[in-house]
Amino acid sequence: MRPDAIRDKVAVTGVGCCRFGENWDQAPSDMIVDAAYEAYADAGIENPQRQIDAVFTGSIYSNKGPHECSDALKLFGKPVTMVSNYCATGTDAFRCGVLSIAAGLYDTVLVVGYDKPKDRGVSGPSVMMDRVRDLPQTPAGWFALCASTYFAKYGAGREELAKIAVKNHKNGTLAPNSFLKREITVEEALSARMISWPFGLYDCAAQTDGAAAAVITRADLAPKGSVLVKGVTVIAGPNPQKDPENDFLSWKPTGWAASDVYAQAGITKPFDEIDVAQVHDCFTLTELLTYEDLGFIAKGAAKEHIAAGTFALAGELPVNTDGGLKAFGHPTGATGVRMIYENVLQLRGKAGPRQVKDVNTALSHNIGGHPTACGIAILGKS
Amino acid sequence: MPGIVSYGAYIPPTRLGFSVLAGRAPKEGGPERAVAWNDEDAVTMAVAAGANALRGFDRAGVDALLFASTTYAFKEKQGAALIAKALDLPRNARTTDVSGSLRAGTDALQAAFDAVAAGSVQRALVIASDSRLGAPGSAQEQAFGDGAAAFLIGASDAIAQLEGSHAFADEIVDLWRSEGDPFVHSWEERFVVQEGYTPGITEAVRGLCERIAAQPGDFTQAALYAPDARSHAGAAAALSLDRAALVDPLFGKLGNAGVAFAPLLLVSALENAKPGERILLASYGDGAAAFAFAVTPHLEKLEARRGVAWHLGRRRAVASYDKYLKARSLDSREYGGGRDPGLSATIHFREREEDVAMKGQRCKRCGGLQFPIQRVCERCFAKDDFEPVRLAERIGRVVTYTFDFFFPTPEPPTIVTITDIDGARVHLQLVDVKPDDVKIGMPVELVFRRIHQVGGRPNYYWKGVPRA
Repeated sequence: MRPDAIRDKVAVTGVGCCRFGENWDQAPSDMIVDAAYEAYADAGIENPQRQIDAVFTGSIYSNKGPHECSDALKLFGKPVTMVSNYCATGTDAFRCGVLSIAAGLYDTVLVVGYDKPKDRGVSGPSVMMDRVRDLPQTPAGWFALCASTYFAKYGAGREELAKIAVKNHKNGTLAPNSFLKREITVEEALSARMISWPFGLYDCAAQTDGAAAAVITRADLAPKGSVLVKGVTVIAGPNPQKDPENDFLSWKPTGWAASDVYAQAGITKPFDEIDVAQVHDCFTLTELLTYEDLGFIAKGAAKEHIAAGTFALAGELPVNTDGGLKAFGHPTGATGVRMIYENVLQLRGKAGPRQVKDVNTALSHNIGGHPTACGIAILGKS
Repeated sequence: MPGIVSYGAYIPPTRLGFSVLAGRAPKEGGPERAVAWNDEDAVTMAVAAGANALRGFDRAGVDALLFASTTYAFKEKQGAALIAKALDLPRNARTTDVSGSLRAGTDALQAAFDAVAAGSVQRALVIASDSRLGAPGSAQEQAFGDGAAAFLIGASDAIAQLEGSHAFADEIVDLWRSEGDPFVHSWEERFVVQEGYTPGITEAVRGLCERIAAQPGDFTQAALYAPDARSHAGAAAALSLDRAALVDPLFGKLGNAGVAFAPLLLVSALENAKPGERILLASYGDGAAAFAFAVTPHLEKLEARRGVAWHLGRRRAVASYDKYLKARSLDSREYGGGRDPGLSATIHFREREEDVAMKGQRCKRCGGLQFPIQRVCERCFAKDDFEPVRLAERIGRVVTYTFDFFFPTPEPPTIVTITDIDGARVHLQLVDVKPDDVKIGMPVELVFRRIHQVGGRPNYYWKGVPRA
């Protein structure tokens, strides 16, 4: 993308996020209303029917299209679009909203990410099979495929993964709307039942219901001091399961998306220039690989940085300050927007006990599919 | 005269010890039976046996496939057509299923000999495969064994020339399995042997000898079907067969493999045969059939086959009766269940070249191999410029792996790999191996197995096993 196409043209003026969890008593529409009205209030929107020009919504479990969101919010007579891009869905919905404003189409847009996996009657992800070649296998099995190769080459192991789970569980206790609010130990993580080697139960994100929303607007219409979009991208990659060149030491789309979004945001030294990051920890190893694939640290260096606490809340570059997918919860379509929510709070200095000092630039990252798509958004101060 | 040009077999590596059947721990060296595991059945064993028979032979020259089984999963929908696709036989090869009797294996052989003799078929592949269920706790559960035998039949280059055959049919309710019943039933054993088996097998053999002017004692090897060791010995005595000529009926090792039993013993005989020998084959079921073969010098030119001895040499013991029940779906606490949206038959139809015939493609521009079949090259982006390439006989190497404990199987975990086959990457399950023995870079060969039962019917795909 043209590096200057977006930077500082779009402001995030309001964010909202419902409580993530097993929301048995909430319909998708209830969660959408909770998140959107919190974002309205945050942005000072009093008449959304008049003030919102368009809606971009994202979900992968809904089969109702954009109508589920427009009907819940009674936003009619305006364009409502649904985006679906596996776990990158939330960031992709946000991106579409940002593009529409940067392109001059609208003044103010609502972005809503949501999902309701707990209405399916199964715990954890579905075992997906609708064709012969679809193996009896789950996302845990897909994301675990980098483990044997990475461990063999760089010497990390289950212990490093456990430390990531421990960190995110701890951070999750500090976020009011997170699902899991319990600290765990490395020993607990290592002794939990195995899901797909090397992933035990605690290496896997908590799949939950949830919705998150953001109101975005033209920067020149936003109040002074609003959080601005520095860059956003979503990049497709080959299916690593059939890609003849995959080395299973990293997930390709993250590296590509990072190059694109850093060019947009003018970032050349990500570790120094990014102050806080929310990354896609669907599994602990995904977070580990992302440290490297985002260029925060060199390939293979994750082990020493995990030991040093580089990415802990008090570390040099705190990652997943609200508990991440691991502890905050992972309603697929909502996750990218939930990260925007957290980063906006961090940039405003309103993240409470999990507030990171002096946040000027915040990154959020989703990777989804086998994985086959990566979305990254960078927000910053005016 | 037509004859046997090549042979192959398949016996599952999994063995169920009689002590395990009795609820005790496995006993090293004790009697056991071969058992098809949860991803194996008559079709998968047939494909494996067929592939072993075809090793080194041109598949394009095979113009008929006869598949004999009493335990093929479908009442309507041909097994031979599926197996022909999995074996990548020519599209216009004649396919026929033969079923309904324990004699079906040798019936299929007879039909193939007749077709070749008549000149309407040049090369016929005959595969007999069975995986019969005895009711839990029954004598059959212990007596039965699972396996498959395959023979390539042709008019020239025979390693064993057909000298003659004799068969008869009779009506008797001795062993039966009726519609909807998973288990084989038997009338009183003494009746079955005294009125059915012993007089039947002797009548067939005597009739054969009369036709070809031979004596039972002329045969250097006798492959005799029998329901158990005692009646096997009884039939041999009734025919005055030399003990040394009897092919080991493998009771306590393989078990009674149904339609594949007599054919597997024939494979065993061929493995040990020398040119000039004469082999007797006799099978039983709703009558009986006997065949005489003369072993030719061509046998010595046939490269080593994966036959009975090869398969009996590789085994792993079932640890508990409970696991056997689960693997054969006999456990009422059956895993799985729940909502089953079923498999798209349309997708299956479109993808049968990949899923059944295990074909990827070679890009004609960059030369790279890839899987599955796609329109645009993964490497050089050439469009629609490919030739199909069969991957099933190639050796792959494990690139990476995981052990999936989430998917319900009788023996978790499911081993899932990315395997590189000459540059094509395939998402492949690995079976017949312990997780501890899985290594990056290990060579694997491909086997056709049940992949899952979505839609309430067996669905087949390829898996990897460690290279033998």
